[in-house]
Amino acid sequence: MILRKIDGQFYNRDMPAVNSLRRRFGRKSAFSAEVIEGYDEKSDGKSRKSTKIDAVQTRGTDENSQDQTLDVNNGSDFKGNANGKNNGGRKRTDISSESYLQTVIRRFRRHHLATVSLIILAVIVGAALLAPVVAPYDPNDIAGPFAGAPSKEFWLGTDQIGRDVLSRLLYATRISLLVGVMATLISTVIGVLLGLVAGYFGGVADMVIMRFTDMVMSFPYILLVLVAAAIFKPGQWNIILILGFVDWPGIARLVRGNVLNLRETNFVKGNIVAGMPLRHILFSEILPNTVAPILVYATSVLALSILDEAALSFLGQGVQPPEASLGNMLNGAQSLTVLTTQPWLWIPPGLLIVVVVMAINFIGDALRDALDPNGGR
Amino acid sequence: MGKYILKRILIAIPVLIGITVIDYAIMCLAGSPLEMLQGPRVSEAAVEAKRIALGLDQPVLVQYFVWLGQLLHGNLGYSMKSYQSVSSMIGSHIGPTLLLMGVSLLVSLLLAVPAGIFSAIHQYSKGDYAIVTASFLGSSVPGFFLSLLLIYIFTVKLGWLPSSGMTTLGTESGAGDVAKHMVMPVIVLAFSMAGSNIRYIRSAMLEILQQDYLRTARAKGIGRFRVNNKHALRNALVPIITVIGMEIPVLFGGAVIIEQVFSWPGLGLMTMSAISNRDYPVIMGVCLLSAIVVLVANLVTDILYAMVDPTIQLD
Repeated sequence: MILRKIDGQFYNRDMPAVNSLRRRFGRKSAFSAEVIEGYDEKSDGKSRKSTKIDAVQTRGTDENSQDQTLDVNNGSDFKGNANGKNNGGRKRTDISSESYLQTVIRRFRRHHLATVSLIILAVIVGAALLAPVVAPYDPNDIAGPFAGAPSKEFWLGTDQIGRDVLSRLLYATRISLLVGVMATLISTVIGVLLGLVAGYFGGVADMVIMRFTDMVMSFPYILLVLVAAAIFKPGQWNIILILGFVDWPGIARLVRGNVLNLRETNFVKGNIVAGMPLRHILFSEILPNTVAPILVYATSVLALSILDEAALSFLGQGVQPPEASLGNMLNGAQSLTVLTTQPWLWIPPGLLIVVVVMAINFIGDALRDALDPNGGR
Repeated sequence: MGKYILKRILIAIPVLIGITVIDYAIMCLAGSPLEMLQGPRVSEAAVEAKRIALGLDQPVLVQYFVWLGQLLHGNLGYSMKSYQSVSSMIGSHIGPTLLLMGVSLLVSLLLAVPAGIFSAIHQYSKGDYAIVTASFLGSSVPGFFLSLLLIYIFTVKLGWLPSSGMTTLGTESGAGDVAKHMVMPVIVLAFSMAGSNIRYIRSAMLEILQQDYLRTARAKGIGRFRVNNKHALRNALVPIITVIGMEIPVLFGGAVIIEQVFSWPGLGLMTMSAISNRDYPVIMGVCLLSAIVVLVANLVTDILYAMVDPTIQLD
């Protein structure tokens, strides 16, 4: 299409590599450096967090400048191994014939902690999904002695009314992950839609949406969620909705910032001139170009949602017993007997929350690096 | 500069009005206070009389403006449980919360600033990895779980620290006693805040270290120590201000949970008991107050930011 020629100036260096990349994609750069750069500088407030990127670089630039970009970019990133400093001695793999997905996977795998996290998370998610098969007992069944210590029969002991802790833990993980994922999905959809509208149309729509975002952001997050949980009856689906409807401002801001920049690019302008329908421009041209930062941001929202669900359920305002969630399993530890003499009741769910959230955070961090268009090889 | 400040304040005003609208709307959603009255012993006529007395027969818009007018006079309404005025309740609980929040913020900065800067200067060293991993741990551990662990270790097992309240009952409450009660809540709040702050300061510092003026400073040969601690540190002040601004809402939220766990007699504990009692005027009063504090904190951060960093464009 004509449009591809128009955006040719996007790639200002090393055209052959870019061309091969483009052939493989069959679309404009999925992640243009300018896009990311824009979301750092133009969008306001929160985006100051993100690292700045100065040089517009594509893959296949020479070794020196690459090392430099790595150092610039890795501000907030954390690598599992010391690869940033000295790339020179590393064995060069042939990346000229690599698809974008392969590049991402290869970059991701450099983060050893994230790779390990991914495996751990996969195991936990698998166990949670297969809970009905894996769990030795029914989670709500009184199967053993009251508050029995861990034994051969009950690996993690039993709770005050004789339910198997391990079985409950498996089901609790299922619920907590479900709440986290659903809440993240809802807030991402809301945030993306509002961000797209605000960024693309600008003017009054932008002002109204952004001021509304400011308002929601001003209320301390946990307080707002607690109040909402108090008004609407606490329960699994209400928690999902509440978290989903409160979590979106960050994503909305991020998307808006990206859209503001994309709107000024030639390929979007070209679409407008060509008279493409609005829906096509928004969802087929602009949205795919902001997917990477959204994905990275969504992982942190996921981690936060799981933490918030746990906190709410711990306070008794979240998932309600008898249904188990990781948070409400800790609720019992507010009593001194449980805290002092029955640590098997509260330490496993607490540790599980830490492991899950940390794994998600590490994965998100590695994803940020892997999806970064300036990330070097 | 004056123009910029004025512009920021002008933007903040509609947001502030919006906050009051949201606050009021949530309060309306929560149900009318008449529901508390209804019962077999209360006649319809009495409820109706109360309805008129409370002004609930007016249109919602009028009610909102009446409420707003009261608000401007500092009247946040009255608690449904204790019949105290909300403003006096907040007044009597805010002290301990501010103390806890202030000390936690200070401790978290004392941890995060040196750690973040060290981490950036020694990027990819062992120390860097240790610090960043610890910071991930800090932002991944739920505050309440860390609290329980600390109580388990320091109160139950070792018996070193008291686990609840602000002072020991029945004793002369000295500063030492309060400090002892504060150790664990402060550790929990500071640890989770430091987690995200370290990574933020680290990345900001890395960015600063890449700047041309630092290369020039290094090229002049004035020594690593002076480059890092004089030229770079000064510029790191900007992200540190941002960090403080970002922490204010986190502090308010975190305080609710931590105060509940440690029975710290502050705003958070009051809010939690109001939430479990469905005492909406108190809840909404606290919400409104904290939203305004957050708004003002953001405003001050932006203005300070502009004052510290002359390169920021003010339009």
